[in-house]
Amino acid sequence: MIDFTEKQIERYSRHIILPEVGAEGQSKLLESKVFMIGAGGLGSPVAYYLAAAGVGTIGIADADVVDSSNLQRQILHNEDRIGMPKVESARETIQALNPDVKVNTYNYFVTEDNIREIIREYDLIIDGCDNFPTRFLVNDACYFEKKPLISGAMFRFEGQVATFKPHQQKDAPCYRCLYPEPPPKGLVPSCSEAGILGALAGAVGTIQAVEAIKELLGIGDSLAGKLMTFDAMRMEWKKLKLRKDPGCPLCGENPTITDLVTYEQACELQLGHS
Amino acid sequence: MHIYLNGEERNTDAASISELLVELGMEGRMIAIERNLEVVPKSTYSSAALAEGDRIEIVHMIGGG
Repeated sequence: MIDFTEKQIERYSRHIILPEVGAEGQSKLLESKVFMIGAGGLGSPVAYYLAAAGVGTIGIADADVVDSSNLQRQILHNEDRIGMPKVESARETIQALNPDVKVNTYNYFVTEDNIREIIREYDLIIDGCDNFPTRFLVNDACYFEKKPLISGAMFRFEGQVATFKPHQQKDAPCYRCLYPEPPPKGLVPSCSEAGILGALAGAVGTIQAVEAIKELLGIGDSLAGKLMTFDAMRMEWKKLKLRKDPGCPLCGENPTITDLVTYEQACELQLGHS
Repeated sequence: MHIYLNGEERNTDAASISELLVELGMEGRMIAIERNLEVVPKSTYSSAALAEGDRIEIVHMIGGG
């Protein structure tokens, strides 16, 4: 366990006082390393709450710069940061909130050539990206590198959150057990052009942050084997059982995917995304 | 038999999830199927028998972040 400074004891006192967290749990958080894909709508609340919780190292990958159309939901950024790389803006926000946190920035997109090496350094991966090819890449890389993945997605008024750790439990599914393949080009809208209710990002992202902290601490019920779906219009969360698909091309009985695959970007419009 | 599809009552002749998707013209679409709060694994659609009163929901593949 780390030696807390007096300032840290005060800063994290509301965690430390929880028997389920305690000084030991807080120490664990300060020693944890989380890697996030995307510093956008979902990445914003996730990064905020992980930083506030004192997660010691946060890695963030995003190749975009801050655009004024992002500010309706991407609360890591602000008016003065327009044109700045999102990862730099994220670093400034996080460090202003909590100087205990070390921020590693990756000002590029994850690809089949870099992702496995990057995530090897981290304990937990959080997907808040904005496109399907990356979602499949992240899922597959986490499977091969045996890293727990907390995946969040949103669209218009809907959100989905799931935890994938097929390497830890024999019957636990991966993302491909839910959706085996990315959609063909143009079939499913995945871009921000379709519109998104800004505050939805907070609802979905904070669920990811809560689950990330529970996974890091090893407390409560894991969301592995479940899919949370959120319908903001009906204000309805549902927790669905998600089984491993024996026919899953990645983690099923006869896997056909044995290495990372690159898919063509399904969405042609890439203005102000993520 | 009667099922509920996205909350609405519906009469169907389909005996399985895969037959229901054909009936709905949704086979091969990028969706997941929820039956009574469980996601039905894709590889089991043809053996996943429908029962009276089943609550089926279409779970759309969403990818925004």
